[in-house]
Amino acid sequence: MRDIEITNLETIPGRTITQHLGMVQGNTVRAKHVGRDIMAGFKNIVGGELRGYTELLTESREESVKRMVEEAHALGANAILNVRFSTSSVSAGASELYVYGTAVVVS
Amino acid sequence: MFNFLVFLSLLAVGFVFGRLNEAKHFRALLKRERELAHIIVTNTKHIPDGMRSCEFVSGNMVVSVDYFKRIIAGLRGLVGGRINSYTSLVERARREAVVRMKLEAAAQGMTHISNLRIETASVFQNAKTGIGSIEAYAYGTALK
Repeated sequence: MRDIEITNLETIPGRTITQHLGMVQGNTVRAKHVGRDIMAGFKNIVGGELRGYTELLTESREESVKRMVEEAHALGANAILNVRFSTSSVSAGASELYVYGTAVVVS
Repeated sequence: MFNFLVFLSLLAVGFVFGRLNEAKHFRALLKRERELAHIIVTNTKHIPDGMRSCEFVSGNMVVSVDYFKRIIAGLRGLVGGRINSYTSLVERARREAVVRMKLEAAAQGMTHISNLRIETASVFQNAKTGIGSIEAYAYGTALK
Protein backbone atom coordinates (compact mmCIF):
# COMPACT_ATOMS: atom_id res chain seq x y z
CA MET A 1 0.00 0.00 0.00
CA ARG A 2 2.81 2.39 0.86
CA ASP A 3 4.41 2.32 -2.56
CA ILE A 4 2.47 5.47 -3.39
CA GLU A 5 4.47 8.61 -2.85
CA ILE A 6 2.61 11.39 -1.09
CA THR A 7 3.80 14.98 -1.19
CA ASN A 8 2.33 18.45 -0.99
CA LEU A 9 4.72 19.71 -3.64
CA GLU A 10 3.81 19.90 -7.31
CA THR A 11 6.66 17.69 -8.44
CA ILE A 12 8.78 14.87 -7.08
CA PRO A 13 12.51 15.56 -7.19
CA GLY A 14 14.29 13.53 -9.85
CA ARG A 15 11.08 12.20 -11.45
CA THR A 16 8.83 13.29 -14.27
CA ILE A 17 5.06 13.18 -14.41
CA THR A 18 3.85 11.07 -17.30
CA GLN A 19 0.12 11.04 -16.67
CA HIS A 20 -2.46 13.00 -14.66
CA LEU A 21 -5.33 10.94 -13.29
CA GLY A 22 -7.40 13.59 -11.55
CA MET A 23 -8.31 14.35 -7.99
CA VAL A 24 -8.42 11.75 -5.24
CA GLN A 25 -9.81 12.29 -1.76
CA GLY A 26 -10.52 10.69 1.57
CA ASN A 27 -12.41 11.72 4.67
CA THR A 28 -13.37 10.56 8.15
CA VAL A 29 -15.71 11.97 10.74
CA ARG A 30 -14.70 11.08 14.27
CA ALA A 31 -16.38 11.65 17.58
CA LYS A 32 -14.56 11.74 20.87
CA HIS A 33 -15.51 9.17 23.48
CA VAL A 34 -16.55 9.54 27.09
CA GLY A 35 -13.40 8.17 28.72
CA ARG A 36 -11.27 10.68 26.94
CA ASP A 37 -13.76 13.38 27.78
CA ILE A 38 -13.34 12.92 31.54
CA MET A 39 -9.62 13.48 31.28
CA ALA A 40 -10.29 16.44 29.02
CA GLY A 41 -12.64 17.90 31.63
CA PHE A 42 -9.80 17.91 34.11
CA LYS A 43 -7.45 19.43 31.57
CA ASN A 44 -9.98 22.16 30.94
CA ILE A 45 -9.22 23.40 34.47
CA VAL A 46 -5.43 23.21 34.51
CA GLY A 47 -4.84 23.63 30.78
CA GLY A 48 -2.31 21.80 28.65
CA GLU A 49 -2.19 19.18 25.95
CA LEU A 50 -5.11 16.80 25.47
CA ARG A 51 -3.01 13.81 24.48
CA GLY A 52 -5.98 11.54 23.83
CA TYR A 53 -7.40 14.00 21.33
CA THR A 54 -4.04 14.54 19.64
CA GLU A 55 -3.78 10.78 19.07
CA LEU A 56 -7.40 10.49 18.00
CA LEU A 57 -6.95 13.13 15.32
CA THR A 58 -3.69 11.59 14.13
CA GLU A 59 -5.41 8.21 13.74
CA SER A 60 -8.34 9.76 11.91
CA ARG A 61 -6.03 11.58 9.52
CA GLU A 62 -4.16 8.34 8.81
CA GLU A 63 -7.49 6.74 7.98
CA SER A 64 -8.41 9.56 5.58
CA VAL A 65 -5.03 9.24 3.90
CA LYS A 66 -5.55 5.48 3.61
CA ARG A 67 -8.84 6.06 1.80
CA MET A 68 -7.24 8.55 -0.54
CA VAL A 69 -4.38 6.13 -1.28
CA GLU A 70 -6.87 3.33 -2.01
CA GLU A 71 -8.63 5.57 -4.50
CA ALA A 72 -5.32 6.45 -6.15
CA HIS A 73 -4.43 2.76 -6.32
CA ALA A 74 -7.68 1.98 -8.07
CA LEU A 75 -6.79 4.59 -10.69
CA GLY A 76 -3.36 3.04 -11.17
CA ALA A 77 -1.39 6.00 -9.81
CA ASN A 78 1.99 5.75 -8.13
CA ALA A 79 2.10 9.21 -6.56
CA ILE A 80 -0.24 11.82 -5.12
CA LEU A 81 0.83 15.43 -5.51
CA ASN A 82 -0.24 18.69 -3.93
CA VAL A 83 -1.92 17.04 -0.96
CA ARG A 84 -4.02 19.32 1.27
CA PHE A 85 -5.71 18.69 4.59
CA SER A 86 -8.70 20.36 6.07
CA THR A 87 -10.37 19.99 9.44
CA SER A 88 -13.87 21.08 10.33
CA SER A 89 -16.18 20.76 13.25
CA VAL A 90 -19.31 19.20 11.76
CA SER A 91 -21.39 18.83 14.89
CA ALA A 92 -20.99 19.02 18.66
CA GLY A 93 -18.25 16.60 19.66
CA ALA A 94 -17.35 15.45 16.17
CA SER A 95 -14.75 16.58 13.68
CA GLU A 96 -14.21 15.84 10.03
CA LEU A 97 -10.76 15.29 8.61
CA TYR A 98 -10.54 15.65 4.86
CA VAL A 99 -7.56 15.10 2.60
CA TYR A 100 -7.30 15.57 -1.14
CA GLY A 101 -4.67 15.62 -3.84
CA THR A 102 -3.91 14.89 -7.47
CA ALA A 103 -3.16 11.33 -8.51
CA VAL A 104 -0.40 11.02 -11.09
CA VAL A 105 1.89 8.49 -12.67
CA VAL A 106 5.57 9.39 -12.34
CA SER A 107 8.59 7.71 -13.82
CA MET B 1 -21.56 30.81 49.01
CA PHE B 2 -20.29 27.24 48.44
CA ASN B 3 -20.52 27.70 44.69
CA PHE B 4 -18.52 30.85 44.96
CA LEU B 5 -15.79 29.04 46.91
CA VAL B 6 -15.64 26.32 44.26
CA PHE B 7 -15.37 28.98 41.60
CA LEU B 8 -12.56 30.74 43.45
CA SER B 9 -10.60 27.53 44.01
CA LEU B 10 -10.97 26.52 40.35
CA LEU B 11 -9.75 29.95 39.42
CA ALA B 12 -6.73 29.62 41.71
CA VAL B 13 -5.92 26.08 40.52
CA GLY B 14 -6.24 27.19 36.91
CA PHE B 15 -4.05 30.20 37.47
CA VAL B 16 -1.23 28.38 39.26
CA PHE B 17 -1.10 25.16 37.23
CA GLY B 18 -1.91 26.82 33.93
CA ARG B 19 0.94 29.25 34.42
CA LEU B 20 3.44 26.58 35.48
CA ASN B 21 2.40 24.32 32.62
CA GLU B 22 2.75 27.05 30.06
CA ALA B 23 6.15 28.23 31.29
CA LYS B 24 7.42 24.64 31.27
CA HIS B 25 6.11 24.04 27.78
CA PHE B 26 7.68 27.23 26.40
CA ARG B 27 11.07 26.31 27.91
CA ALA B 28 10.86 22.81 26.41
CA LEU B 29 9.85 24.25 23.04
CA LEU B 30 12.80 26.63 22.95
CA LYS B 31 15.22 23.82 23.72
CA ARG B 32 13.79 21.48 21.08
CA GLU B 33 13.61 24.23 18.48
CA ARG B 34 17.33 24.89 18.97
CA GLU B 35 18.11 21.19 18.60
CA LEU B 36 16.15 21.01 15.35
CA ALA B 37 17.41 24.27 13.88
CA HIS B 38 19.50 22.38 11.31
CA ILE B 39 16.36 21.44 9.38
CA ILE B 40 15.51 24.28 7.02
CA VAL B 41 11.79 24.88 6.73
CA THR B 42 10.19 27.01 4.03
CA ASN B 43 6.63 27.56 2.97
CA THR B 44 7.50 27.90 -0.70
CA LYS B 45 7.27 25.06 -3.18
CA HIS B 46 10.88 25.49 -4.23
CA ILE B 47 12.99 22.33 -4.21
CA PRO B 48 16.66 23.11 -3.42
CA ASP B 49 19.29 21.66 -5.75
CA GLY B 50 20.63 18.20 -5.08
CA MET B 51 17.52 16.75 -3.43
CA ARG B 52 17.01 13.07 -4.19
CA SER B 53 14.06 11.85 -2.18
CA CYS B 54 10.99 13.25 -0.54
CA GLU B 55 8.69 12.16 2.25
CA PHE B 56 5.47 13.59 3.64
CA VAL B 57 5.82 14.69 7.29
CA SER B 58 3.34 16.11 9.76
CA GLY B 59 2.81 16.93 13.42
CA ASN B 60 -0.15 17.99 15.51
CA MET B 61 -1.19 19.02 19.00
CA VAL B 62 -4.52 19.57 20.70
CA VAL B 63 -4.36 22.07 23.52
CA SER B 64 -6.87 23.15 26.09
CA VAL B 65 -7.11 26.49 27.82
CA ASP B 66 -7.12 26.60 31.64
CA TYR B 67 -9.99 27.78 33.80
CA PHE B 68 -8.44 31.11 34.77
CA LYS B 69 -7.71 32.11 31.20
CA ARG B 70 -11.16 31.11 30.08
CA ILE B 71 -12.73 33.44 32.66
CA ILE B 72 -10.38 36.28 31.72
CA ALA B 73 -11.18 35.75 28.06
CA GLY B 74 -14.88 35.74 28.90
CA LEU B 75 -14.53 39.10 30.62
CA ARG B 76 -12.52 40.37 27.68
CA GLY B 77 -15.42 39.39 25.47
CA LEU B 78 -17.55 42.01 27.18
CA VAL B 79 -15.31 44.94 26.37
CA GLY B 80 -13.50 43.68 23.29
CA GLY B 81 -9.80 43.89 22.52
CA ARG B 82 -6.85 41.57 22.43
CA ILE B 83 -7.03 38.27 24.34
CA ASN B 84 -3.40 37.61 25.26
CA SER B 85 -4.17 34.35 27.02
CA TYR B 86 -5.54 32.79 23.84
CA THR B 87 -2.75 34.22 21.72
CA SER B 88 -0.17 32.28 23.72
CA LEU B 89 -2.35 29.16 23.64
CA VAL B 90 -2.49 29.02 19.86
CA GLU B 91 1.21 29.85 19.64
CA ARG B 92 2.04 26.88 21.87
CA ALA B 93 0.00 24.48 19.78
CA ARG B 94 1.49 25.73 16.52
CA ARG B 95 5.09 25.66 17.66
CA GLU B 96 4.66 22.19 19.13
CA ALA B 97 3.11 20.91 15.89
CA VAL B 98 6.04 22.27 13.89
CA VAL B 99 8.55 20.72 16.32
CA ARG B 100 6.84 17.32 16.01
CA MET B 101 6.87 17.58 12.24
CA LYS B 102 10.58 18.41 12.30
CA LEU B 103 11.26 15.47 14.63
CA GLU B 104 9.62 13.15 12.11
CA ALA B 105 11.82 14.59 9.37
CA ALA B 106 14.96 14.36 11.53
CA ALA B 107 14.25 10.70 12.32
CA GLN B 108 14.45 9.96 8.57
CA GLY B 109 17.61 11.98 8.08
CA MET B 110 15.91 14.75 6.10
CA THR B 111 17.57 18.14 5.79
CA HIS B 112 14.85 20.38 4.38
CA ILE B 113 11.11 20.77 4.64
CA SER B 114 9.35 22.47 1.75
CA ASN B 115 5.84 23.81 1.40
CA LEU B 116 5.02 23.97 5.11
CA ARG B 117 1.31 24.45 5.81
CA ILE B 118 -0.16 25.07 9.24
CA GLU B 119 -3.80 24.60 9.91
CA THR B 120 -5.67 25.50 13.07
CA ALA B 121 -9.11 24.25 13.94
CA SER B 122 -11.41 24.19 16.91
CA VAL B 123 -12.17 20.52 17.52
CA PHE B 124 -14.65 18.48 19.53
CA GLN B 125 -16.77 21.40 20.62
CA ASN B 126 -18.79 20.39 23.67
CA ALA B 127 -22.50 21.03 23.20
CA LYS B 128 -23.20 21.73 26.86
CA THR B 129 -20.35 24.00 27.79
CA GLY B 130 -19.47 25.31 24.36
CA ILE B 131 -15.82 24.72 25.20
CA GLY B 132 -13.67 23.35 22.48
CA SER B 133 -10.02 22.58 22.16
CA ILE B 134 -7.67 24.02 19.63
CA GLU B 135 -5.76 21.80 17.27
CA ALA B 136 -2.75 22.91 15.29
CA TYR B 137 -1.63 20.68 12.44
CA ALA B 138 1.59 21.29 10.54
CA TYR B 139 2.56 19.41 7.42
CA GLY B 140 5.06 19.61 4.62
CA THR B 141 7.35 17.66 2.36
CA ALA B 142 10.69 16.64 3.83
CA LEU B 143 13.58 16.42 1.40
CA LYS B 144 17.12 15.13 1.42
